[in-house]
Amino acid sequence: MRTGKMEPEKKRKRRREPGGGEAEAEAQAQAQAEPEAQYPPNFSVSEIKNKQRRQFMYQRWRRAQRKEQLAAKKKRQKEREALGDKAPPKPVPKTIENQRVYDETTVDPNDEEVAFDEATDEFSSYFSRETSPRILITTSDRPRGRTVRLCEQLAKIVPNSHVYYRRGLALKKIIPQCIARDFTDLLVINEDRKVPNGLVLSHLPNGPTAHFKMSSVRLAKELKRRGKDPTEHTPEVILNNFSTRLGHTIGRLFASLFPHDPQFVGRQVATFHNQRDYIFFRFHRYIFRNEKKVGLQELGPRFTLKLRSLQKGTFDSKYGEYEWVHKRHEMDTSRRKFHL
Amino acid sequence: MQHDDVIWDVIGNKQFCSYKVKTKTQSFCRNEYNITGLCNRASCPLANSQYATIKEEKGQCFLYMKTIERAAFPARLWERVKLSKNYEKALEQIDEHLIYWPRFIRHKCKQRFTKITQYLIRIRKLTLKRQRKLVPLSKKVERRESRREEKALIAAQLDNAIEKELLERLKQGTYEDIYNFPIHAFDKALERQDEESETDSSEEEDEDVGQVEYVEGDEMDESDLSDFEDMDKLEDNEEEQEQSSDAEEQELEKETSKSKGKAPVKGPAQKKRPFVEIEYEQETEPAAKAHST
Repeated sequence: MRTGKMEPEKKRKRRREPGGGEAEAEAQAQAQAEPEAQYPPNFSVSEIKNKQRRQFMYQRWRRAQRKEQLAAKKKRQKEREALGDKAPPKPVPKTIENQRVYDETTVDPNDEEVAFDEATDEFSSYFSRETSPRILITTSDRPRGRTVRLCEQLAKIVPNSHVYYRRGLALKKIIPQCIARDFTDLLVINEDRKVPNGLVLSHLPNGPTAHFKMSSVRLAKELKRRGKDPTEHTPEVILNNFSTRLGHTIGRLFASLFPHDPQFVGRQVATFHNQRDYIFFRFHRYIFRNEKKVGLQELGPRFTLKLRSLQKGTFDSKYGEYEWVHKRHEMDTSRRKFHL
Repeated sequence: MQHDDVIWDVIGNKQFCSYKVKTKTQSFCRNEYNITGLCNRASCPLANSQYATIKEEKGQCFLYMKTIERAAFPARLWERVKLSKNYEKALEQIDEHLIYWPRFIRHKCKQRFTKITQYLIRIRKLTLKRQRKLVPLSKKVERRESRREEKALIAAQLDNAIEKELLERLKQGTYEDIYNFPIHAFDKALERQDEESETDSSEEEDEDVGQVEYVEGDEMDESDLSDFEDMDKLEDNEEEQEQSSDAEEQELEKETSKSKGKAPVKGPAQKKRPFVEIEYEQETEPAAKAHST
């Protein structure tokens, strides 16, 4: 304790000494500079063994650093003002989105090959308006209250959808029945410990099956400042940031859940926003206050999805052909690399 | 010598038996050869020199028997008989092997065998159905993912993104005729055009400054300069009037269009030539008057 207090006093005395007389200050500064040059380079704060003194020295160092940074910042600001118009543009701060590792499968909007692929894949019949979606929503065995309510709310949001209670049936047996009854999509919400935690979305005739991890589920009741219940109007769909080939497939998978012609009268919009491989689902009612402002009111449920696997055919966990599987040890190593 | 009673006396009641599990109401026997699983005088395999059990291995049931003759040879103590998979035949086998054995053991063996077959059937039925696969969650991974999700949510700025997208769609006209906003959009487009044209004209002026041009002699005489004077004044008046009115945008547009229209004629005269006012007087009439008087 005593030694800790002694040191700053010593330093203060040293600083006061050069204050008297310029010539003396110079001589003393020179005298100090020479012995300093002989000493080994700066001691490091982490090598002090005494914890209290170490903390004290570290705090002092931090204060000095902050001062220096503030001074540098002020200087930069002054220079910027002095230059006025000629000042160089402000440097753009680095964000994870800026620093994202470029994915070679990123889709270029003018790419013909991608356009051709998309014209001939499993969704082409939807996008060419030959089929209109019909969705079957179900759960895993013995669903609990939350899951059941989520299913009901989803059924309200997605037009032309039906909820069926799963009586312990195997998905592989459900799927041919669905195809026979003309369903286009199968949505299974998996539950664990009374909370929905997974989503299997299968496009039916023979389309891809995506398995998602679902988190942060908020039912409509739990939202703050909520609007009234969603009406029967067909909502619009917004798909944000699906940039790679895989992202495109998933985006089209979501788009094919909703009928093609949204009813703008209803002013409802369902958003699937992809950010760093997390897909955020929101359902809003919007209103244009003037041509520059939109008001949004959140209605139905919200949840986030993270893609775990994409399978080429319909659901078949053992023998299916997986187009993409999330492998943690390979794919989670870099914080700047995203796949969707 | 096998003194069953003594053995039972020791392990059953008084002293320790390592297979015994005592609970509040009952005691159980953990010996693998025990037929009922309870710790009784009749069920204890250690305290009965003539004993039989049913044991199941990998779906196959066996009848194990021990007799007092083999008590001295522990390696050969238990005799094993494989039972048939057919339930009735197996029961007959049990009866056949345990003929003349005490009623208790026969009965309990058959009961145990029935129970075993029942649970084997159930296992087979369950394996055919879907099996729930339990996947272990790593707490570290779960925590990491939830943290990244929070950060992604903050970075996403969902409300802004959705609003932007909706406004884009409005501008592109996907909601034709439902909303009455498009007028403002048109005005904005006009403004943008005006700005572009002004910048263009200023650029033209800049370009022309300093360049040497050889222009044909103007047809305008000096006498016509007076007309240009008036025209200037007219123009100034008009400009003042226009600026005083409210709708500036339209007037700006008119001005620029007017300036464009006049530029080829007035430009050289107005902007580039130094303008000198010259008045001419006619001297013929006063001379005539002087002569008359």
